[in-house]
Amino acid sequence: MVPISYYLVLSAILFGLGVVAFIFKRNIITIFMSIELMLNAVNLTFVAFSRALGKLDGQVFVFFVIVVAAAEAAVGLAIILLIARNQQSLNIERVNLLKL
Amino acid sequence: MSLELVLFFVLAAMAIGGAVSLILQRHPIHSALSLIVVMVALAGLYLLLGAEFIAAVQIIVYAGAIMVLFVFVIMLLNAGVEARTNVSRMARYVGLPLGFFLTVELAYWIAGGAGRQAPVSAGPTPTRELARMLFREFVFPFELTSILILIAILGAVVLAKKET
Amino acid sequence: MFAPIEDLYRLAPELVLCTFGILVMLAEPFVPRKRSGLVAFLALLGAGAALAATRLSWAHPGTAFYGLVRVDDFSIFLHFVVGAVAVLVILGSRDYLEREGLHRGEFYALVLFATAGMGVMVSAQELVTAFIGLEISSISSYILASFRRNVPKSNESAMKYFLLGSFATSFFLYGVALVYGATGTTLLSRMDSASGNPTLLRLGLGMIFIGLAFKVASAPFQLWTPDVYEGAPTPVTALLSSGPKAAAFALLLRIFDTVFAASQLWVWAIWVSAALTMFAGNLAALVQSNVKRMLAYSSIAHAGYILVAFAARNEIGTAAVLFYLVAYALMKLGAFTMVTHLGGEGERRLEINDYAGLGSQQPAAAAFLTLYLFSLLGLPVTAGFLGKFYIFNAALKSHLVWLAVLLAINTVISAYYYLRVIVVMYMREPQKEWAATPIPRAVGLVLVLTAAGTLYLGLFPNYLMEFATQSAVLPR
Repeated sequence: MVPISYYLVLSAILFGLGVVAFIFKRNIITIFMSIELMLNAVNLTFVAFSRALGKLDGQVFVFFVIVVAAAEAAVGLAIILLIARNQQSLNIERVNLLKL
Repeated sequence: MSLELVLFFVLAAMAIGGAVSLILQRHPIHSALSLIVVMVALAGLYLLLGAEFIAAVQIIVYAGAIMVLFVFVIMLLNAGVEARTNVSRMARYVGLPLGFFLTVELAYWIAGGAGRQAPVSAGPTPTRELARMLFREFVFPFELTSILILIAILGAVVLAKKET
Repeated sequence: MFAPIEDLYRLAPELVLCTFGILVMLAEPFVPRKRSGLVAFLALLGAGAALAATRLSWAHPGTAFYGLVRVDDFSIFLHFVVGAVAVLVILGSRDYLEREGLHRGEFYALVLFATAGMGVMVSAQELVTAFIGLEISSISSYILASFRRNVPKSNESAMKYFLLGSFATSFFLYGVALVYGATGTTLLSRMDSASGNPTLLRLGLGMIFIGLAFKVASAPFQLWTPDVYEGAPTPVTALLSSGPKAAAFALLLRIFDTVFAASQLWVWAIWVSAALTMFAGNLAALVQSNVKRMLAYSSIAHAGYILVAFAARNEIGTAAVLFYLVAYALMKLGAFTMVTHLGGEGERRLEINDYAGLGSQQPAAAAFLTLYLFSLLGLPVTAGFLGKFYIFNAALKSHLVWLAVLLAINTVISAYYYLRVIVVMYMREPQKEWAATPIPRAVGLVLVLTAAGTLYLGLFPNYLMEFATQSAVLPR
């Protein structure tokens, strides 16, 4: 038997790695991938809790998250295509017309 | 150590290794492949947790559809290697400790909060029950997701269509 | 198996919005370019019908779909707000889209869908449903923000908005997962009775707070706001600054008023966030030269004011939040619509100095803008004044004296940049010649409606305030 907390710690680590990747990566597509990583970590949490609580709704939520992730991917990649077309660069630092 | 525990550690190592590799790889296609490794490892973990259906969906939709979309876009744009020196100082000195701190903090509190209780029921979850829930209690959010997908299609068309 | 008819009544506004959204999409290919006004009219009809549907669902209070959504005075109030925002945005954007050559039916469909998402957010009783509502409104706004496809600046702001927005929603979602683990449910009404695990619950609520703080642009998560507001098409900026913000605040209120553990724990977080947000917005607004950026920072400051009422944690505070959301939506929509019109083709006239001499050349436009700026500043006889007054009152009732003092200080700071625009408009000689275009009828209507609303609420706030007070009683 694997204690449920192992799964939760694993998902926390994956989420944290997603955050680190979001901050560190320079390529817009990779930054977007790190968001997918974070969503995956959340899914693991849902499934683990669903098992620990003996309820199924946690697994139902995972479906919804996957649908949302797919919708985000479609729109996000379309925006990335626009950027690539207009700026010829996917480096987040060269995409910098607006000052921070 | 039971077989289950061994499997867990192998899959966990795969997932973490994939995530670290996503950060370290400098070509987007390598990062995408690393992410697919994470997703496959997670599918294995879902099987361990008895969520067979989710495991299948994870492979089919996530690894099979979403990641293919990513790879496709990377190929389409012919995205090259990331520039190396461009990590801004703020990201390096503030971002890394912050991300590290967040991870440790989360892991610590969650481990403390959840305790070491073992899974309640063993064995796979009945997919029939899952479907019943999805189409009864959660039929409203389920229908909402159809609007969400409609918006996504609309968005992809609006944004990516060539000028007429 | 069908849902009972009552449930559908309770969902009427969302059903109407989605139906009209789809109708607009279907109509678009069949309407010739020259008569594109028809599509806009259809969308306008949809938003108006949504308001009527809200009135209909008002007569059927209660929960629907296994307790996932709930119609009560609170959700009705906010449905009216987001519906009215949709009406005004659609009215105000047609001429802009024509001018910029962007006129496409999808724009209106997305506005309607986004409004439906906000409607779900304000009536959701369950966190995953709320999350999907949040995503519907966010994803629509990402697309709307990138509508000027050929303007690199706009692409870039859409990209920033998209990346940071999805980043924030994954925080929100992780929070939902932790709350689910702690209490075993995602239904807000059941969270208190569940013998929750306090550590996990707090952690989860904290993550939810971070996620929503991004959406309402409160410090320290406000950094994306100016870029996105500047780069997005101005009618979209008007929408972003009013509708989704109101919905996100409503969701925060719902969670923090219904779940006892939340209100106990996060009052200090909100205190600090309110103070930081006010200063971050106002101090940065002082040095802006671009009107859109200035208004973006001002909207950060206003999120801070609303958080002050939030921190009061009583029904007066909730009523003050609701009243302020209306007042804020009116003046922000008005101001951004005016900026849209004055911007001219390609949105080139956006520097504050470009407004020099406006008072003598286009007196009507200058007068409208002056009214909105007075209201944003909070001068008497405007909605902004009473909104601030109610917030002040709520803060004092809860003995948040320091926060009230900070609010007063911030109002004084903000006077500088609002009045500067007015001084430039009336007392400076124009450096460049700008062609004075007449105000189109639809835009004029938006301006008149928002200005009348601002003045009306400033003079006769009682009706709305009563409604807000009545709506502020959230069932536990």
